Amino acid sequence: MAEPIRPGNALDEQIHLTAVDEFLAWGKEHSLFYLLFATACCGIELMQAGGPRYDVDRLGMIPRATPRQADLMIVAGTITHKMASRVRTLWEQMSEPRWVVSMGSCANSGGPFSKWSYSVLNGVDKYIPVDVYIPGCPPRPEALIDGVMALRERVRRYRTSGERDATPYLVAGGDCAFGGHPGKDDGSGGEPKR
Amino acid sequence: MTIEALTPAGELMKLSMGPQHPATHGVLRIVVECDGEVVTNCTPDHGYLHRSIEKIGECIEWPLFVPYTDRVDYVCAMNANLAYCLAVEKLLATDPANRVVIPRRAECIRVLVAELNRISSHLVAVGSMAMDVGAYTPFLHGIAQREVVNDIFERLCGQRLTYNYVTIGGVAFDLHESAPAEITRFLDEFERAMVKLNKLVTTNAIFRERCAGVAPVTADEAIAWGLVGPNLRGSGVDWDLRRDEPYGLYGELGVRVPVGDRFAGRRGVRGDCYDRYVVRLLEMQESVRLCRETLKLLPPAAKEKADPIGGHQFDVSKLLRKPPKGEVHCRTEAPRGEMGYFLVSDGTKVPYRVRVRTGSFSAAGIFHRVMRGAFLADVVAIIGSFDVVVPEIDR
Repeated sequence: MAEPIRPGNALDEQIHLTAVDEFLAWGKEHSLFYLLFATACCGIELMQAGGPRYDVDRLGMIPRATPRQADLMIVAGTITHKMASRVRTLWEQMSEPRWVVSMGSCANSGGPFSKWSYSVLNGVDKYIPVDVYIPGCPPRPEALIDGVMALRERVRRYRTSGERDATPYLVAGGDCAFGGHPGKDDGSGGEPKR
Repeated sequence: MTIEALTPAGELMKLSMGPQHPATHGVLRIVVECDGEVVTNCTPDHGYLHRSIEKIGECIEWPLFVPYTDRVDYVCAMNANLAYCLAVEKLLATDPANRVVIPRRAECIRVLVAELNRISSHLVAVGSMAMDVGAYTPFLHGIAQREVVNDIFERLCGQRLTYNYVTIGGVAFDLHESAPAEITRFLDEFERAMVKLNKLVTTNAIFRERCAGVAPVTADEAIAWGLVGPNLRGSGVDWDLRRDEPYGLYGELGVRVPVGDRFAGRRGVRGDCYDRYVVRLLEMQESVRLCRETLKLLPPAAKEKADPIGGHQFDVSKLLRKPPKGEVHCRTEAPRGEMGYFLVSDGTKVPYRVRVRTGSFSAAGIFHRVMRGAFLADVVAIIGSFDVVVPEIDR
């Protein structure tokens, strides 16, 4: 019979709260239910990422139609000024811990619409905090999976008691002609050039 | 679906569907008023995806607008490219001094990519309609076939979804060497997949019962409400721009047009959801035939610089710096019906006005008419059968 584990005198050695936390984090990492929320073009790539070839189901990612059952919001597509408050509402309806992936140039920075459009929000991060940015117009499903893997790393490190990592992660290798790097705020639209 | 107000017995209940709702295919919001299970009124609320694409058209040069046409309808971006490019070519042709000759190989490639994209667009339409009425598997079968088309397009132009491939004066790149073989292989595989899809969905008793007789639109109504494309043909109106106002190579190919004909049998009504669904299936078969015919007509690739317009593109960059003044309207048959571009030119390198007319817009107009009297559970089936894509409505 094995020697019974003798806990030390320190409180944190006797109460294995961290282990439960780790266990929970492990569970959360492998069951990232995402909100089925597609606004524009990237939504098709999101759908195809859930399709038979890329099959994000194998990562434990299952689409949920209601924000109350979702852990992860993939903002797939352009967010207009009219939509922005709705996105905020959806995000508020999700329960903690909640994660946000900004998919595509439009959600990152307004993308091709950032310069001339009068109705497009230049980056969804003005309304909700974003954990992972994925450039591309639209990003390939592989890029989405890369972003999700980065997010899983973050979910694994997440502890209920601890501080949350606020630095966003940027998936490298955006192949987009429209740029799409976040944080570049050049005002709303700018003057149309004739 | 959220209940906005719980009302006492005997009063109407207002439900707000969307803008985040999986069955609305994007960010469409529909306010449905119900008397029990029966819909008494329905008001679509648009504008959640208004990206001011038409305004952007007034800010940038003629050829630079082509990528934005991808975003007008991303499910069939090739057809959207084609519609705009044909409109600009029509504008250039209003001045007889501008000689724009599209190489024949480019014409063939245009038809090929447009028809392939029509197949992949209808696959999404058919699959998501089946998903809306409760069958998830057919959607995955549709996506599996769509991936193959995406592969072909990716080798062709480097993008999976927004292609920017058809350009003014031709196409951006020549067809790669193995493309005809790849396309033929896909078409063969797709025909086998269609048999499977028909077994799964089309002949499925539950699916047929859900769609038969739901939201019928008569031929007169369809014309009066301005329906276009498969929604119009589902009501039995024999009208297809590819045949009746042929552009490009379609005049030579001779398009056979399927129309709705009470496909659901005894329970069905002409122009119901099932008819619109079956018309899309038949159109995919027709597209397969058109692709095969076009591959036969495809001339061999041009030798290096031997013939300046024998390749895949006619150089229009000089013409676009000073296009003729005037206005044109050019309409094409996209998967979601007539896609028309109205262009006004003031003779400068930037358009004065770009106006897009799309099929989903007119389909959304008839929603409140067909949904009145339908059951609440049928609302998603109706939206799916009209196959609206929200950026086409909002632009």
